[in-house]
Amino acid sequence: MSNPVPEVPAVRLQGIGKRFPGVIANDNINIDVMRGTIHAIVGENGAGKSTLMKILYGVQRPDSGTIEVDGTQVSMGSPADAIKAGVGMVFQHFQLADNLTVLENVVLGAEKLHGIGGRARQRIVEISDSYSLGVEPDELVEDLGVGARQRVEILKVLYRGARTIILDEPTAVLVPQEVDELFGNLRGLKDEGLAVIFISHKLDEVLSVADEITVIRRGTTVTTVTDPSSVTARDLAELMVGSELPQASSEASTVTDEVLLSVQSLSLPGSGARPLLDDLSFDIHRGEILGIAGVEGNGQAELVEAIMGMRERATGTIRLIDTDLSSASTRQRRESGIGYIPEDRHRHGLLLDSPLWENRVLGHQGRPPSVKRGIVDKRAARQDTLRIIDEYDVRTPGPGVLARALSGGNQQKLIVGREMSGDPILLIAAHPTRGVDVGAQAAIWNHIKTARREGLAVLLISADLDELIGLSDRIEVILRGRFVGSFDPSDVTPQQLGSAMTGAGATA
Amino acid sequence: MSTRLVSFLLGLLAAVLALVAAFAITSLVLIIAGDPVGEVWGEILTFPEQRNLANIINNATVLYLSGLAVAVAFKMNLFNIGVDGQYRIAAFVAAVVAGEAWLPGYLNTALAILAAVLVGAAWAGIAGLLRATRGVSEVISTIMLNFISTSVVAYFLRKAAVREEGSNTLGTREIPEGSRIPSFSIGDGPGTEIYGFIFIAAAAGFAYWFVLNKTRFGFNLRATGQSTTAAVASGISVKRMTIGAMLISGGVAGLVGLPILFGDSYSYGSTFQSGLGFAGIAIALLGRNHPIGIALGALLFAFLDEQSNPLQILVGVSPDIVAITQGVIVLTVVISYELVRRFGVRLEQQQVAKADRPVDEPKEVTA
Repeated sequence: MSNPVPEVPAVRLQGIGKRFPGVIANDNINIDVMRGTIHAIVGENGAGKSTLMKILYGVQRPDSGTIEVDGTQVSMGSPADAIKAGVGMVFQHFQLADNLTVLENVVLGAEKLHGIGGRARQRIVEISDSYSLGVEPDELVEDLGVGARQRVEILKVLYRGARTIILDEPTAVLVPQEVDELFGNLRGLKDEGLAVIFISHKLDEVLSVADEITVIRRGTTVTTVTDPSSVTARDLAELMVGSELPQASSEASTVTDEVLLSVQSLSLPGSGARPLLDDLSFDIHRGEILGIAGVEGNGQAELVEAIMGMRERATGTIRLIDTDLSSASTRQRRESGIGYIPEDRHRHGLLLDSPLWENRVLGHQGRPPSVKRGIVDKRAARQDTLRIIDEYDVRTPGPGVLARALSGGNQQKLIVGREMSGDPILLIAAHPTRGVDVGAQAAIWNHIKTARREGLAVLLISADLDELIGLSDRIEVILRGRFVGSFDPSDVTPQQLGSAMTGAGATA
Repeated sequence: MSTRLVSFLLGLLAAVLALVAAFAITSLVLIIAGDPVGEVWGEILTFPEQRNLANIINNATVLYLSGLAVAVAFKMNLFNIGVDGQYRIAAFVAAVVAGEAWLPGYLNTALAILAAVLVGAAWAGIAGLLRATRGVSEVISTIMLNFISTSVVAYFLRKAAVREEGSNTLGTREIPEGSRIPSFSIGDGPGTEIYGFIFIAAAAGFAYWFVLNKTRFGFNLRATGQSTTAAVASGISVKRMTIGAMLISGGVAGLVGLPILFGDSYSYGSTFQSGLGFAGIAIALLGRNHPIGIALGALLFAFLDEQSNPLQILVGVSPDIVAITQGVIVLTVVISYELVRRFGVRLEQQQVAKADRPVDEPKEVTA
C-alpha cells in the first residue's frame, strides 16, 4: 500500500455549498482531514453536519466546491463511488440484518471482494485482530449488544477497504462504558494510519478523543481547533451557538409532600416470558421532576404508554390526585390533567400534513377553547395557536402552516406549548429535547422547570444523562422493566448511572 | 398572494394538468388504433343539448352520492370498495319498503330512505366491525360483501318480486305515485327532467363538509386517517372511529340508488343499474375527497359517458374510449396532485425558512 506524503490531507473539502428549497444547508465549508488523526466535526442540530457527511459519502452532490481524497479530486455520485475512493461511513442507525450472522452482514453487497466463505471469514478475523475489534464472524447479530453491533459496522467499512471512516453521532446509542471502548477502537484505527471523521455534539467526548476539531455553525465552518487541549467544552459550545449557552442545572427544590401521581404495581406482560414492565410502583409529588434513566428498550416507552392508557394489557393502579385512572381511556386520562410530550413527535405528537392550529386541537378535542359542544372552533383554535407561537417562540409565518414545514425544534416547542395548555397536573416528557437545536433545547428545559415551579408533577424520560441529572429531583434507573436503583441527582455521575443502566453496578 | 388563493390555484392547476395529460393519452390510443382523433373529440366536446344535459345532471347526482360514500372512508384511510354492494342491497330494501306502502305519501318515502341508509350502513358496518375487532382488511371484506350482496338481492328479489304480464324481468312492487319524488324540468320537451333527489344529494354534500370540517367527530376521523399513532396518543379510540366511518360511508352508499328508484324506475328489478360504486372510487380520487371537487368529478364522468353515446353511430368509434379516458384520469390525477403537493410543500418551507431566520442574520443573496 502506498504511503501518502503526510502533507497531503486524506480528505480535503473546499468551498462546499449545498442548498435545499428555502434552506442553505452548507455554505463555503473548508476542512482538511489528515491521515492518522481523529477529526471531530461539531455543530448544533441543523448546523449542516449531516448534509456535509452525505456529500462526502456520495449520497448528495454539492452545488459548489470540490472534494479531494489523498490529493486527487473526486466526484462522488453514489456511496459506491465513495467506497471506491476509500471513504466509508458508519451510520447512527445501524444497517444490519438481525437474523444474519456477522459474516453474512459483512459480506452482504461486497461478495466480490473475498467471496462469502472461508476467505471472507479469514479476512474478517484479520481485520478484527489488527484493530482489536473483537468481532466473531459466526455470531448472530441479534445476539449482539449495541457496542458490538457498532464494531461490526466499523468492520464492514474496513472490509470494503476504507481508509477514511466517517462516524455519525456514534456515541448517541452508547452508555459511558461503551463510549470508552469505542474511543479505544478509534485510537487503534488512527494508529494504523486511517483518518477518522467523528461527528458529534457531545463536546466532552469530542475533547477527549479528537486531534482536531472543526466547528460548524449555520452551514459554514467557523473555525478548526488544531490543539484540543487549548479549549474547553464551553469554548466549543459558544463557537457552535455563537452566543451564551444554556445549562440544564436545576433550581432550588420545589418538591412538596403532596402526591399528585401515584402508580402502584404497574405491570405489562410481554410477548415472551419476560414482562415489559414488572411491578413498578412510584409517586410523583407536586413540584417534583422524576427522571427515568435507562438504556433504550428497557421499558421506558411502555411505562409512558401504560400511564397514558395506550397499553390495554397493563395492570396495576394509577391515581392522579383523587381520581383512579387505572381503567380510564387515554382521552379521560388526558382530560383529567395529563400533558404528554411523546418520544416520537412525528408518530405520536403531530399531524404532519395538517396546519398548526389543527395540531393545537389534537389531544384537546374534548376541551375549550378549541372545541365547544362537539364543534371545532377554528377561530379560537387559531387564536390559541398564536398564543403558543408567541409564548413558546415557535418560528413560523403563522398558524395555517403545515406542521411538516417546521423544523424539529419548532415542532417540539409547539407540542410543549400545547401540552401545557389546559392546566395539566402531570406532564410526561419523553425525550423532550431529542433532535432539537441548542436554542430550542434551552427553551424546552426552561418550560419544564417552569412547569415544576408552578406545581406540576413531571415524569421525565431521557437518554441524555446530563439532561436527567440537570433537571430531575430524583432519578430511577429502569432495566428490563424494573426499577434497579434510585439516585439523587445532586451527587450522581453519568458513570454511576451508566453502570446501573447496564446492570453492572446496581445498588442493592 | 394569500395562502388560500395560492392553494386554490395549485389545486386548479393540478386538475387541469391531469385532464390535459389524460386527453393526450387517450388521443394517443386513438391514433394507434387509427381512429379519427379530431372527430372523436369534436363529438365529445360539443355543448350538450337540453336532453343530454338533463341526463348528465341526473347521472352526476347518482355518481356524486357514490363519490361521497367512498370519500368518507378515504378520509379515514379506509378503502370502501363495497359501495357497489351496499347501494344495491339498500336500494332493494328501499324499493320493497316503498312498494309495500305501509305509510301514506311522503312518510312512506321517508321511511324507505331511512331503511336504505340503515341497510347500507349495516352492510358496510360488517366490514368495519371485522376491521376493528379482528383486523380484517376492509378491502377484502367489502369485495366479498359485494358478491354476497348480489346473491342476497337475487334471492330475495324472487320472493318479493311481482312479474309483469308477458315480461321476463323481475321487479319489486311499484312505488305508489304519492310516494315518488317529483322531478323538475330544465327545458321543454320530454326527457329534460331532473331528479328531485338532487336536493337531497346536495344536502348530503353539505352535511359531509360540515361533519368532517366543523365537528369534533370529523376532526377525529381526519386525524385518525392521517396518523393512527398520533390519534391514539391524543385519546381517540381508533376502533370506534373505524366502525363509525364505515357506518357513515355505508349510510351514504345507501342513498346512491335512490335517485333512480324514486325518480325513474320506481321499482327494483334485475336490470337495476350496477357498477356505480366503482365509479365512485374514481370520482372521490378525482375530487380529492372535497365536496365541490367530487361534484365536479361526477359531472365530468357523467358528461363523458353521455357524450360518448353517439360515437359509434356518428364516427364509428366505440364509446368505450371514454372508459379509457376515465381510467387514465384517475392515474394522471394521482400523479399530478402529488407533483403539485410537493411543489406546495416547497413553497411553504421557503416561507417557514424565512420566518426561522433571525433578523440579525446577513441576508442571503439568491442566485
